Amino acid sequence: MNTSTSTFVRTEMLPEQSPPLTEAGAVKWVRENLFSSVLNGILTVLGVAVVAYIIVGIAPWLSRSVWNAGSLSECRQIIAATWGEGVTGACWAVIRERWPQYLFGFYPSHLYWRPVLAFALLVVAVAPVLFDKLPRKMLWFSLVYPAVGFWLLWGGSVWVPVTALAGFAIGYAAAKLIQPVAGTILATIAAVLAPVLWWLFLAGPVADALHSIMPIALQGVRSREFGGFVLAFTIGFTGIAFSLPLGVMLALGRQSDMFIVNKLSVGFIEFIRGVPLITLLFTASLLLNYFLPPGTDFDIILRVIIMVVLFAAAYIAEVVRGGLAALPRGQYEAADALGLDYWKAQRLIIMPQALKISIPGIVSTFIGLFKDTTLVVFVGLLDPLKGITDAVRASTDWKGIYWEPYIFVGAIFFLFCFGMSRYSMYLESKLKTDHR
Amino acid sequence: MKQSVFLGTLAATTLFAGMALAQGTSTLDTVKARGELNCGVNTGLVGFAAPDASGNWQGFDVALCKAVAGAIFGDASKVVYIPTTSSDRFEQLTSGKIDFLIRNTTWTFSRDTDLNMDFVGVNYYDGQGFMVRKDLGVSSAKELNGATICIQTGTTTELNLADYFKANNMTYTAVPIETNAEGEQQYLAGACDAYTTDASGLAATRAAFADPENHIILPEIISKEPLGPAVRHGDSAWGDVIRWTMNALVAAEEFGITSANIEELATSSQNPEIQRLLGTSDNLGAMIGLDADWAKNAIKASGNYGEIFAATIGESTPIGLARGLNAQWTQGGLLYTPPFR
Repeated sequence: MNTSTSTFVRTEMLPEQSPPLTEAGAVKWVRENLFSSVLNGILTVLGVAVVAYIIVGIAPWLSRSVWNAGSLSECRQIIAATWGEGVTGACWAVIRERWPQYLFGFYPSHLYWRPVLAFALLVVAVAPVLFDKLPRKMLWFSLVYPAVGFWLLWGGSVWVPVTALAGFAIGYAAAKLIQPVAGTILATIAAVLAPVLWWLFLAGPVADALHSIMPIALQGVRSREFGGFVLAFTIGFTGIAFSLPLGVMLALGRQSDMFIVNKLSVGFIEFIRGVPLITLLFTASLLLNYFLPPGTDFDIILRVIIMVVLFAAAYIAEVVRGGLAALPRGQYEAADALGLDYWKAQRLIIMPQALKISIPGIVSTFIGLFKDTTLVVFVGLLDPLKGITDAVRASTDWKGIYWEPYIFVGAIFFLFCFGMSRYSMYLESKLKTDHR
Repeated sequence: MKQSVFLGTLAATTLFAGMALAQGTSTLDTVKARGELNCGVNTGLVGFAAPDASGNWQGFDVALCKAVAGAIFGDASKVVYIPTTSSDRFEQLTSGKIDFLIRNTTWTFSRDTDLNMDFVGVNYYDGQGFMVRKDLGVSSAKELNGATICIQTGTTTELNLADYFKANNMTYTAVPIETNAEGEQQYLAGACDAYTTDASGLAATRAAFADPENHIILPEIISKEPLGPAVRHGDSAWGDVIRWTMNALVAAEEFGITSANIEELATSSQNPEIQRLLGTSDNLGAMIGLDADWAKNAIKASGNYGEIFAATIGESTPIGLARGLNAQWTQGGLLYTPPFR
């Protein structure tokens, strides 16, 4: 290199310049995201206008909130005294006064600790299912929890849930005993038949006998005393817990080559999906009474739960079938090639993948189920949204209140549904194994 | 062979269940054996049936439940209140989930005959009215030609409204609503010129407005709405219990028996009618399968008819209903109980 050419070449780096004003910082973001074209600009302005309009409409009402009052008229007086005549405000005092009713319905007030404890234990029981970092031994508690929860909520003799649980142990024992002697099919049949016989004929007398020997009991609470969020959670969580396994079984049944199993599954799924949930609830609440002998007290919440489980299971079945259909044929063949039997193949290879694919659909169904629990108002149960709200509004103190209870109940439902939705996203990202 | 046995068993079971439901023991015996009265009430209607903050049911209809429980058990608290909706109330009754229905239900021909119910009396004479804004400048329902009217769908009020406007050669635009609360909102938001429902409901609705003075209830009552308790068709003995408990409350007001002076009258009254009613002379209770002091216990539950009315929906309450048709026959009303003899 000589000096004559070096004059055309820089020997030192230029200092970095800041990017043009329109290509950096907030301005760039606004240009790219809000005003990237004329149409987007118009839409942005319209959107902001709508949001502003809503806020301007609601914010003053919300800002004039009253929390301490004994009745709607008292609320109005306080609002008039604080912010002047003629303005409107939110009267949250109704939530404050009827808070226990929204939470517990007509559950006896000195027993409120029981639903609270049941809910706390539910969190403990669900945690190991949701998060696999927790010790696996906790799953044993999750398995026993339905009986614990039932006992805490409804009370009565402790032996009723214990003997009910014993049915599962009996089924397991029957399968283990018969398997070596008579083969898998008979063992499966025994595993189903033995518990059913136990529940139908023996569980009741055995529970009574045990109770007379060792009476351990909580004060009984009847189903019609349930209401509000205790009712919604009881139905919602039981529905969720039982509809998933049933739905998976139905999905497998629909894929099955066995004629009867296949046709029964298809018939069940199509029938349940073709009928509105309210029809099923009415059937459970009213039509059944005509068939059962008079005096039979078949618990109304139990009937509703059964119907909700069947309803959700039919939808879950179709969602899971979607997941099964998305699996490449090779996965099934690989399982066969490894010499796995049907159940092992399902458990180890097919289901983990199919369920992973189905997560968004399954969670959507669960969210729908949880919100559908408010429909029980049509069979005379006091759901939080309409049942309790109507009852509250029917008192002379709170007649005329309208938005506050709806907003409150809506907010609680949103909290739980949003939680489920976020969990499903967490699960999806955790289980993501592909490299997109 | 096996199949025919199965079918036979199935048929026998069905037949047995059906027969048991049809014949059964009398409802009174069932209730006594159960130790509780299953009373079908409204899920919530101001003044008539509503739970308070601690879950105790109160109201005009609820008071009758308490009176019947008092008459049967001598204890007004032995009632299980089963909320019924307007769509399932009759099914609840015919299927036996409730012992009797007291849910501000209008006694009509078709319900009494076709729906297999027996109405045993009237505990409140209601009628359909209209509410309008004062600044609408309307003083009579006859001036509502062309108005938009908020109306609950699927109720007798909807049919009454159509009848009334047709009879008076007027037209209207219906704004269908589902519940009373929704109707209030629509009316206040100006979605309709007039709101129509039972007059008792209108009074309660208006009382809950922030500005009741700006709304008027028009003087016309366009329908008869006799509200009363109902039992299953053919359940006459049980119907008697309900009917005469209700009559006892009415008679008590006529005779001046109140919850305050009932004990005193029961021991000291020389009036033979009061003596018969309170069970100090004849034993009327035995004729309907109850104790001699059944009526006394029924009245003690929440007072006589007038006391119940005043405490739940009367003029001293926020609802502020006048007695009107529901006054004693001696006061120009329709309450007239047959003699206790």
